[in-house]
Amino acid sequence: MASGLRILVPIKRVIDYAIKPRINKAQTGVETAGVKHSLNPFDELSIEEAVRLRERKGPLKVENILALSAGGPKTPDVLRTAMAMGADRAFHIDVPDSADGGPEPLTIAKLLKGVVEKENINLVLLGKQAIDGDQGQTGQMLAGLLGWPQATQASKVEVKDEAGTVEITHEVDGGVETLRAKLPLVITTDLRLNEPRYASLPNIMKAKKKPLEKKTLADFGVEDTRRLKTLKVTEPPARTGGGKVEDVDGLVSKLKELGAL
Amino acid sequence: MSGARNLSNALRRARVPRPRILVRHALVQSSATTAIRTFSVSSTARADKTIKYTSDAYPNVKRNPNFGEVTADDVAFFKELLGSQSAVVDGVTTDATDDIEPFNSDWMRKYRGHTRLVLKPQSTEEVSKVLKYCNERKLAVVPQGGNTGLVGGSVPVFDEIVINTSRMNQIRSFDEASGVLVADAGVILEVADQYLAERNHLFPLDLGAKGSCHIGGNVATNAGGLRLLRYGSLHGTVLGLEAVLPDGTIVDSLSTLRKNNTGYDLKQLFIGAEGTIGLITKVAIICPPRPKAVNVAYFGLESFEQVQQAYREAKGQLSEILSAFELMDGRSQRLVHDSTGNKYPLEGEYPFYCLIETSGSNAEHDMEKLESFLEHVLGEGIVADGVLAQDETQFQAIWRWREGITEALSHLGGTYKYDVSIPLPELYQLVEDCKQRLTEKGFVGDDDSFPVRAVVGYGHMGDSNLHLNVAVRQYNKEVEKAIEPWVYEWIQKRQGSISAEHGLGIAKREFIGYSQNDTMVKLMKQLKALYDPNGIMNPYKYI
Repeated sequence: MASGLRILVPIKRVIDYAIKPRINKAQTGVETAGVKHSLNPFDELSIEEAVRLRERKGPLKVENILALSAGGPKTPDVLRTAMAMGADRAFHIDVPDSADGGPEPLTIAKLLKGVVEKENINLVLLGKQAIDGDQGQTGQMLAGLLGWPQATQASKVEVKDEAGTVEITHEVDGGVETLRAKLPLVITTDLRLNEPRYASLPNIMKAKKKPLEKKTLADFGVEDTRRLKTLKVTEPPARTGGGKVEDVDGLVSKLKELGAL
Repeated sequence: MSGARNLSNALRRARVPRPRILVRHALVQSSATTAIRTFSVSSTARADKTIKYTSDAYPNVKRNPNFGEVTADDVAFFKELLGSQSAVVDGVTTDATDDIEPFNSDWMRKYRGHTRLVLKPQSTEEVSKVLKYCNERKLAVVPQGGNTGLVGGSVPVFDEIVINTSRMNQIRSFDEASGVLVADAGVILEVADQYLAERNHLFPLDLGAKGSCHIGGNVATNAGGLRLLRYGSLHGTVLGLEAVLPDGTIVDSLSTLRKNNTGYDLKQLFIGAEGTIGLITKVAIICPPRPKAVNVAYFGLESFEQVQQAYREAKGQLSEILSAFELMDGRSQRLVHDSTGNKYPLEGEYPFYCLIETSGSNAEHDMEKLESFLEHVLGEGIVADGVLAQDETQFQAIWRWREGITEALSHLGGTYKYDVSIPLPELYQLVEDCKQRLTEKGFVGDDDSFPVRAVVGYGHMGDSNLHLNVAVRQYNKEVEKAIEPWVYEWIQKRQGSISAEHGLGIAKREFIGYSQNDTMVKLMKQLKALYDPNGIMNPYKYI
């Protein structure tokens, strides 16, 4: 059925994974103002994989890679990064910034369903989870809504033939499992899938000229309804650190003090 | 949420072969305990090769017969004075060979002394009493911090007593308004920087060995490092010092003032003196606010001409946000690639690479400047290819291509290191000439029959500071003779400096004449004789 791959890569702008998040004063979420943000690491993998599918020149040609992200005014930053890595075009779905990780997975899944239908997508490659909300549900909900097969937490993706047979390997307890499915398909990505490339300067320049369309949830007939209410966000209790003793005598007296000797 | 985040962090780290933190800890020796651990690891890895004694490598350096020898009575005095057991590593009355070895040798495994006594005082008063006693008994001493020096300045040559600063490790005060930090000499640079990070400030010095070097040692050697371009040298940022003279006098010049024109600025004498006139015990240093936005780009360039052009453009267009401009040659990057197995950031290979870092207060402004600069250098063909770090992980990964060179070299055998300052236009010519010279002599080759593995150059382009490194399969006198004094003569002809930031130590001591005239050396000797008449402070080194 498939003449080529039309790939949708949904991505998210999150607090940089190397930065320690802090809880805001109101205890409603994490502090996002003035904190370095970047592309969700799992989404980086899915863009890389989409680009590699094109470069691998397998039995099915990649026609188009569409990157999509829902978020506030800075969202285009990560979309440009995605396009610098190799996505062809991007949709920015305008959703106000919020401290609680944005719209719920079901809302996003419904949005993606709309995009898939409108843009005639036949492969959705998405990160298995975003590191802010850590929900890990969007891919599965999307497959359910579309009635498509899904392969989660892929560590290897291989297009086998022109008919659109895809083999996906993922890691399970004690080994690996290989799945086979036919397009259209939803795949979520895991860490061992690939090593994302750096965005090269020439590609960053080119990415500026690639089309980036701004859209709203309403364009796809979706409303940002919340089923969950965040009551409170708190830090886990601080771990009491170990002490340092000067020498053996110090150690012995400390142990005695604690009643261990 | 944060638990899951940590898990994903851990997983993600597993994907990146060598996280920066781990590299640091493996490379460096921090407190005495880690020093021992690091040492034993490397000695099992290369157990067959023991380090040659410095006294054997430099047979013309003779022990000064005026110095006393450490006796059991001396040890008893020090034990009494310093109290705690861990403050004295005693190789005089007991067999402490294994405990003492890390203090006797340097991390490059190039220098090794014969000391039998290590003292770790905890306060300025203790240092004062120790030095006073040593001065009276004419016992020579070596001040030692993290022992990460590159010229053998922090290890003894003969039986000098090591005075290690690791137990003087308290941060005394920090003033948020002025940004002045006061800390003990033995505070580890990275610890100081983390302390400042929590207070939105930055230590104005950054270097590869930050995980173990002590700030007292940094000041004593006037370390330069990666951000000198932006924040200036320690001669400017250090506002005050506390030091102890060999006769026990405590020099309290711990001013926290920026301006103080009252008399000779004597603290400057201790900065870069390598512990030859006194031992630094406390430092007051002015720290800039931590930049909110930091970006890093990595370029491949076709010629040194273009590197200079890129530097000119960077200064012009990035001016106030430019915080580092580092040069790495293709061979140095290949060594890092070979030793870490990391994938090159760029597709093709180039003879030169540059790393540019910007630090500013507004990410959007900085990005705008950086992008227009990048567009310009790429459009004009100054830069052949390049990448821009998109997140913190890539930021650190790119820095590793610069900071990892020293470590990569140390994995491959020995290295003759020359840290020189040369006028910019001829900066890289030294590497070319040195490579040609060694190749003509038949020393350079790919298999084990050749002593030299590679001649590489990298350094702080922004400070006209080049590191010429000759990576050898093992240290070899023939090779050394081919390089020295040729390299110093080459530099002298161009009015360069034979030691830009590493100092003199024992390695460069006899070559000071190539960069300083007789009058200057005479004045230095007068100063030394004035403050250290018995010559007990770090003898056989410096001048």
